[in-house]
Order: sequence, then C-alpha cells, then structure tokens
Amino acid sequence: MNLTAFLFRRLWQMIPTLLGVVLLVFLLFNWVGGDPAYVLAGKMANPDDIANIRHQLGVDRPLWEQLLIFVSQIVTGDFGNSWATREPVSEIFRTRLGPSLVLLVPMLVLETLVAIVVALTVAALRGSVLDRTLMVTSTVMMSISLLVYIIVGQYVFASLLGWFPVKGWSDHLWRNLTTYAVLPILLGLMVSVAPSVRLYRTFILDEVGQDYVRTARAKGLSERRILLVHVLRNAAIPIVTNVLMGLPALLTGAFLLERFFAIPGIGREIIMAVERSDFPIIKAATVYVAMATLLANLLGDLLYRVLDPRVHFE
Amino acid sequence: MSARASETSPGLWTLAWRRLQQDRVGMTALIVVGCYLVVVLLALMGWVAPDWTREVGVNYAPPVFWADDQDETAQPSQAGQALSGPVPLYGLQDPLATELAAIRAQHPGAQEATEVPRRLSLPLGGDKWGHDVLTKVIKGSETSILVGLVAAILATLLGTVMGAVAGYFGRWVDDAFNWLYGVFTAIPYLLLVFAIAAVLQQKGVVTLVLILGLTGWTGVFRLVRAEYLKHKSREYVLAAGAMGASHMRRMFVHILPNTSHVILVQLSQNVVGFIKSEVILSFLGFGVPVDVVSWGSMLNEAQNELILGKWWQLAAAGVAMAILVTAFSMLTDALRDALDPKLKY
Repeated sequence: MNLTAFLFRRLWQMIPTLLGVVLLVFLLFNWVGGDPAYVLAGKMANPDDIANIRHQLGVDRPLWEQLLIFVSQIVTGDFGNSWATREPVSEIFRTRLGPSLVLLVPMLVLETLVAIVVALTVAALRGSVLDRTLMVTSTVMMSISLLVYIIVGQYVFASLLGWFPVKGWSDHLWRNLTTYAVLPILLGLMVSVAPSVRLYRTFILDEVGQDYVRTARAKGLSERRILLVHVLRNAAIPIVTNVLMGLPALLTGAFLLERFFAIPGIGREIIMAVERSDFPIIKAATVYVAMATLLANLLGDLLYRVLDPRVHFE
Repeated sequence: MSARASETSPGLWTLAWRRLQQDRVGMTALIVVGCYLVVVLLALMGWVAPDWTREVGVNYAPPVFWADDQDETAQPSQAGQALSGPVPLYGLQDPLATELAAIRAQHPGAQEATEVPRRLSLPLGGDKWGHDVLTKVIKGSETSILVGLVAAILATLLGTVMGAVAGYFGRWVDDAFNWLYGVFTAIPYLLLVFAIAAVLQQKGVVTLVLILGLTGWTGVFRLVRAEYLKHKSREYVLAAGAMGASHMRRMFVHILPNTSHVILVQLSQNVVGFIKSEVILSFLGFGVPVDVVSWGSMLNEAQNELILGKWWQLAAAGVAMAILVTAFSMLTDALRDALDPKLKY
C-alpha cells in the first residue's frame, strides 16, 4: 500500500477516537459538571439572572442540542468567550501558543540531543562503573519532583545568584529565548532527560546484540564507527517515534514551568482556567490537544515506516 | 538428581522471590518501601504523628541541628514573655476590668487562655505557624502514599478486568474497549485529570483517588489485553474449556494467575506515577483539601518559605518523596527482572 492510502486510512481511523474524545469532554462538562450558571451568577444570584445565564450558555436546551452546539464550536473553532475574562477563546489560544512553543521546541530538541549523546556513551561503556552510576543517578533524578527542581532552581539561580530573571516574558522572540526561557528549559531538562536516557540506552543495547554489529566488528570497523553509524541508524527508528510520542508528556512540564515562570503560554492558561472554573477554555484545550496528540502519534508512526523499510504500510 | 525428581519444582513466585533476594539493590529498595509503609500504618493507627495541626514550636522554628549554629540569644516568644511578667499599669485602670469580672463570674469553670510553651527548635524545624515539620512529613507521607496506593489498586483492577474482557472475547468487545483506550490515551494524562478536577468542584481525598484511578487504567489495560490475546488459545485454556469451565472461570482462575507478574509490575509502576500526580495536583490546589496535609501541599507552603530562607519544610517533603519514589522505582525494576519468565532458563 502506498503512502497516501496509508495516510488516508489512518486519518479515517482517527475519527471514531476523536468523536469519543468529544463525547467524553461533553459528558464531563455538560452532564457530570452540573449547572455552571450558579458558578457564573455568583453568590447574590436571583432566579432571573440564573435563567438568563442558562439561556445564554444554552444549558436550558436538551442535551443532544447542547452536543450539536459543542460539535459546531469545535468545527468552527469558535468557543465563544472566556467566562472569566470575556476574551474570545480562539484569541486566547492564538496568542498563548507562541510562548508555549518557544519553551517546548528547544526543550524537545535539547532533550533528544542530550539523551542520545548520554545514552550512546553509557551504551558504549555498558556494564562499567560509569554506566551503573549514571543509571542510578538517572533513577534518582527522575524521582525528585519537578516541583522541587523548579522551586529550588528558581530560588538559587534566579533569586539568590541572579543569573536569570526570576520570572517574566517579553515580546521579542530572541530575548525570550536567550533570557527568559533559559532557566525553565534547563529545569525541564533535569526531569525529562533521565527517562529518555534509560529508554534510548535499551534501544541501543537491543541493536548492539544484533548480527550486523558482529559482522561490522569482524570487518575490522572501529567501535566508534559501529556505534555512531551502524547502531545509531537502527536505534534511531524507535528513538524518533518516541520523541514524537513524548510530545504530550512535555506538556506536563510546560504546565508547571509556565506557571512558575509566568510565561503566558497555554499550560498556564489551562491551570488558571481550572482555578477559575473557566469551562470553555478547558473544553477547547482538551479537544485540541487531543487532536494534536493523535496527529503527533500518526506522524511518529509514519516516520517509523519511512525510516524502516522493513515495515510495510498495511 | 533422582532424589530431587520427587520434589515439586518451585513455582513462579518462589523463583521470583529467590531472584529478588539475590538482587541487593532490589532488597534495599524493598526494605525502604517497607519502612515507609510501616510508618504510614502507624500514622493511620494514630500511634505516631497524631496531630499535625498543633502549634508546638515558635514560628519558623529551625531544625535542631541547624539551630546550634546560630547564636543562643534568640528570644523565646516575645509576646509570651511580656505577658508572663507583671504588667506595669502606670496608674491606669483597666477599662474592661468590671466586665471581665462579670464574664468570669458567669463561667466559673472557664479556663484562662494559657500561652502554651513553644519550643525554639524542632527535630526538622517548624512551619509558618509553628507546626512540627516532622509530624507534617509523616502525615503528608500517609496521605500521598495512601492516595497513590489506593488509586493504583483501583486503576489496576479496572485495567485488568477491562483488559481481560477485551483480550479474551476479542471481536467487537475488543474493538469497543480499544476505542475507549484510544479516547483516554488521546488526551494527555494530566490535562484529563485537570479537566475532571475542574468539573468536580468538591475537593477531597476520595475524589482525588477516584480521579487518578478512573483515568490511570490505560497502561494496565494494554498489557493485560496483550497477555490475554496470547493465552486464550493456549492448550491449558482450551483444556479447561473442554472440561466445562465457564468463561469467567477460564478468564480469572486459569489465565489471570499467568498474567499476575505483568499486573504486579504495573501496579508498582502506577503507585509511583500516582504519587507524582497527587503531589502536582495538591501543589496546584486541585488535590487534597486544606485540612489535609500531603507532600504536594507542603511543597506549596515551602515555596513561599524558601524566599525567607526557611528551607526545612521544602527539604523534608522533597527528600521524603525522592527517597520513596527512588526506592519504589528500583523495586519496580527489580520486580520486573525477578518476574520475567524469560530469565528462568
């Protein structure tokens, strides 16, 4: 089967899942969540106000009609206004995406590079003291909460030593990248590199035992060349897939990092929305992030097939 | 050799236990986790750390080992000192003296508010209100570990039953559960948890356990389903079917024990994951209510204390969590190694 057919089939298969996500979010907010009018109307609400708000939100209509409204909101991208700030939800996402990407993209690139280099090093020295020490260190590093890294890091490197600004954001990409995003990215790497190293190490070690490595060694190739050219190329297949599938996990880090460092990104916006029961933002975020996740998974799958000619498009 | 032949060969669990005993890192981790569980049990019974809300120390009482370094001139609670001595009145009359006397006459049994003597330093220091950080850490461990454990058991139970049903029956049942799995994994875990926390307005430990448990079943489901797919057509299951065993019996009496090693490792992994999630949720204020202390709520308080140079609550909660999570992760690895049947031969 060729690439386009494969793509279409996978996209087609995504539809039921997406519908499920929409249904789940809808049931959660419009059925489990109860009547939001009481939250919105505040403490001194009279019945007229509540009826008015219910009508505006459409929650006085039957459930299936509300579902139709929700679906049309998703398709048009118009989720109305935020309940807390009256800012259009689409506007919020458009303006908050940039800062999140400025934080996430360098984090993803650096994480991958650092993890591959460290994993190659420990795989080359497998079984040695350095290998075991690094593996234990990575377990310990993974076990310390990102919260602790952020609290301590922000205090020591920003407040105490003054190497970085404590928090903040500017309008200039370059200034953000070189000043404001540096400490958050470094702190994010503290937690995200360790699990990747462990995973990539197993990927590489899986390859090291293969026959083609023995053959390469028998040909007299240097260990360095075997590892960097032969092994890495094959290990790259699961690594690339993993990088793409790991995108949503980065989002978790972004939640906390954006909140602590006052970066006006999507993660911080979602946390504030949860604090303020700002349902339109959470609903929109959940659906769109789910779409992005599915696309990232598809892209990972696609790359996997492109990189590995043994896998056929079925 | 012939003498041994009559003995029954050791079972999976006996072999696994033997392998675990060989693993020094695994055993150490097991002991550490065991210690935590004993402390949690003791705290649950009320034998240690009965009441963390008592204000036993001065505000921000430093830890004992840290207090020695500082000069000894630190004054005990100054308000208390001023009150304990005779107050010079400079000839003024207390304008409320008569009313106070009347109130006292009305309530003869009423106790005077007494200044409880507060300690200048506490074993691990005190927080803003003078709560003992050691007590808080123990209570916080109780909350965090219990939430993680119960949620993990719930999630594992759910995942196992769903995985078993999906894998065993296959066809449209499998499709339906796979669809549900796809839906739940399409939404990043923490975002889903946030969304549910936003909808459920009431905070509470039970709510927290439900949120984590009902969303965290996916990992177990995937692995258990794969195991059941593999096992359902094996001879022993077919034989059980030929002998008239019902589907339920085949699923949970015959196949389940053969997948238990996968489930146990997943359970252990889930505990770690849920403890981490609980800490993040409680830190953000979406987790435990204010009258319950957990590692997350401690870290939240500690964040502001650190700026004042009061590092001990942060250190206590951070280290307690780091040690447990490290030990639990290493135990999970050791369990996986010990239970992997491929290593048996």
